[in-house]
Amino acid sequence: MDSFLKAEGLWFSYINEAEDPPVKTEVLKGVDLDIKKGEFVAILGYNGSGKSTLAKCFNAINIPEKGKAYVDGIDTSDEERLLDIRQRVGMVFQNPDNQIVATIVEEDCAFALENMGVPPAEIRQRVDDALKTVGMYDYREHAVHKLSGGQKQRVAIAGIIAMRPECILLDEPTAMLDPAGRREVMKTIKMLNREQGVTIVLITHYMEEAAQADRVVVIDSGEIMLDGAPKQIFTQVQTLRNLGLDVPQVTELCYELKKAGVDIAQDIIGEEECAKALFELLK
Amino acid sequence: MIKDITIGQYFPGKSPVHRMDPRAKILLTAAFIVMLFVSHNIWGLLVGAAFTLVTFLISRIPLKLMFKSLKPILPIIIFTGLLNLFFIKTGEPYFKWKIFQVTDEGVSTAVFMAVRIICLIIGSSLLTYTTSPIDLTDAIERLLSPLKKIKVPVHELAMMMTIALRFIPTLIEETDKIMSAQKARGADMETGSLMKRAKALIPILVPLFVSSFRRAEELALAMECRCYHGGEGRTRMKQLHLSAVDFFAFIFTAVFFAGVIVLNILL
Amino acid sequence: MAVIKTENLTYIYGEGTPFEKRAVDNVSLEINEGEMIGVIGHTGSGKSTLIQHFNGLLKPSSGNVYIDGERLWEDKARLRQIRFKVGLVFQYPEYQLFEETCYKDIAFGPKNMGLTESEIDIRIKETAEMVGLKSELLEKSPFELSGGQKRRVAIAGVMAMRPKVLILDEPASGLDPKGREQILTMLKDYHTATKSTVMIVSHSMEDVARYADRILVMNRGALYCLDDTEKVFAKADELMAMGLSVPQITRVFARLKEMGVSFNKDVYTTPYAVKTILERLGKSV
Repeated sequence: MDSFLKAEGLWFSYINEAEDPPVKTEVLKGVDLDIKKGEFVAILGYNGSGKSTLAKCFNAINIPEKGKAYVDGIDTSDEERLLDIRQRVGMVFQNPDNQIVATIVEEDCAFALENMGVPPAEIRQRVDDALKTVGMYDYREHAVHKLSGGQKQRVAIAGIIAMRPECILLDEPTAMLDPAGRREVMKTIKMLNREQGVTIVLITHYMEEAAQADRVVVIDSGEIMLDGAPKQIFTQVQTLRNLGLDVPQVTELCYELKKAGVDIAQDIIGEEECAKALFELLK
Repeated sequence: MIKDITIGQYFPGKSPVHRMDPRAKILLTAAFIVMLFVSHNIWGLLVGAAFTLVTFLISRIPLKLMFKSLKPILPIIIFTGLLNLFFIKTGEPYFKWKIFQVTDEGVSTAVFMAVRIICLIIGSSLLTYTTSPIDLTDAIERLLSPLKKIKVPVHELAMMMTIALRFIPTLIEETDKIMSAQKARGADMETGSLMKRAKALIPILVPLFVSSFRRAEELALAMECRCYHGGEGRTRMKQLHLSAVDFFAFIFTAVFFAGVIVLNILL
Repeated sequence: MAVIKTENLTYIYGEGTPFEKRAVDNVSLEINEGEMIGVIGHTGSGKSTLIQHFNGLLKPSSGNVYIDGERLWEDKARLRQIRFKVGLVFQYPEYQLFEETCYKDIAFGPKNMGLTESEIDIRIKETAEMVGLKSELLEKSPFELSGGQKRRVAIAGVMAMRPKVLILDEPASGLDPKGREQILTMLKDYHTATKSTVMIVSHSMEDVARYADRILVMNRGALYCLDDTEKVFAKADELMAMGLSVPQITRVFARLKEMGVSFNKDVYTTPYAVKTILERLGKSV
């Protein structure tokens, strides 16, 4: 498969000009990453590990200090191609309130297309399609501020998919939602990936969400520490704990049982497989 | 609770006035205001009043709502009425006491002014009652777009209006929350001198400002991510179209306007 | 003695308008001194409205609230005094910080109580240590701190009032796993050290299961139950039907039961699950 997002020896720093002399904080320290078209990648790391900064390098909000970031082969430091990049890589943020521009659902959904100069009739069509995809079509004429958190976040996603991007970066999209809202959003994300082939990069603190991805990347202090299939990552219970991260409860259970001398598989990350393994053990 | 305040005066409906193009509504409201001010006798004004009444009936806005919007203006109407009543000295006096005197001209001017202000308020309220704030902003942007040629930032102003409208409910909710949180820490906002109460606002205003800046920053980023790059080359999903209702409204207004002019000349 | 008691507490939003909504419906409950309570319920279940009655931020439409035996709203002049007994930490409390230094911000509540400077100073130092704030951070502006530290300052601001009951709405939301763990452990330590009542509102069943003695479940404005943690999670099916999630481990054991392997007690934490399975396998723990 083709590479879609690519980071090569990526360095990035924030410079605080308010201090004298200006203080430079290195956030990304030589990141190499290659994300293929159609992949569903979860990025884990504690707050301040550099995961959001990395995501912002992939839609030219952050321009690397050293090294390169490519989107679909386009160099993100090429200012001429800025809009091309942003159309290809949409971004959804944590706080649903702060990314919705218009008062009415469908107006907000149309915002990006209006910016891109798409003809009105086509905007209408694409907005309707996008709202149907996330299941918010019936709310198209509703006021945004009256929706629930999960619904607002789905409107934000609709506003992005109306651009028909090939990839969506989601920066902790479920952090401010309740369990029901989280499920709504995760269902939408998975559907976009599985049915429409959209490349998904999901930054999250919820291990159960990361376990649903094809691939998990763990970032620590601006460097990639682990990169692999969820089964390979979550079974490294001790390493993850040392990095300030969690593992799904089922993985933790199997790990603790093994430690106590029980013969049980160590690559369990889902509920169903855990129940089956325990059943075999206890029947 | 602050949350209960409804923002804007929009009263949703499906009347012909609601269905009009917002641009047409703005232009005709302007024409209506001119109509009220050019009529310089009571007959002309009555034509204006009839226009107001007919439009009001067509719009199907509840009478109660209209009274509500007139209420704050009432003191002004009474004040100007009294001023005209007592200080116009020309004409046949009805009544005289010390420096005060009421003449027939005073009475007619007082009534004339009162009717004019009431019509003015009802007419302009009809515009805001029947048009959503977003449609209004949209219409203003399009009507003013020729000004872009002389470098007036019409698009930017309209965008600011849109965002302000979007964030008013969010910020009201936030203010409510911060107030509750500070009250829970024992903040006292209800008692004490004016100075003390003003000082008690600091714990509310500082967090509100901080969070507004944070929101603004995040919103700007989100807008950039959605390809926002100013008004250049921008299209709109919703196109405004003049329809039969608007043409009818133009003719309707023109007839009344003509009536006022004719009465002005004849009387 | 019950430190918080409600009798037929009902709260109606927008009474008499078309938007009228019964946010809290006829809730009677008692919360005892020194308990650690978890509060759960879906969004809009009335849990936030309920807790705002406990320190008189909202006035019941009908019914009563007693704090420490005293009826709220009986004497409006006493309201503020009673309010000091119940500390309420809202969701994302770091967004209400406003002072120039953390020290001054934590002092805001105690100052409003009318305490002396020296008493305030003692309390600030004590709470700063309790929430794990280094003393050199106290003179810094709260806006310079990291997200997790800001939250500690905000929580300390309420703790410094030494309330008999500390109520926190989603104290760990938005933090990373380590930050969550630290905040919740800190609250548990506070509970043990001060022997005060602590109520934690949370969406995370995993967290509630680990820290609470009793769980209060709200559903559509009504009190669904207030019971021991294990008894509440025994109703896993009903909780899931309400749109709440139960801990992943509880779901696994529910599945095992379907397959025909059942246990006497319900399992809701990992250590307990390990213990249960080892016992079944006949291994010593």
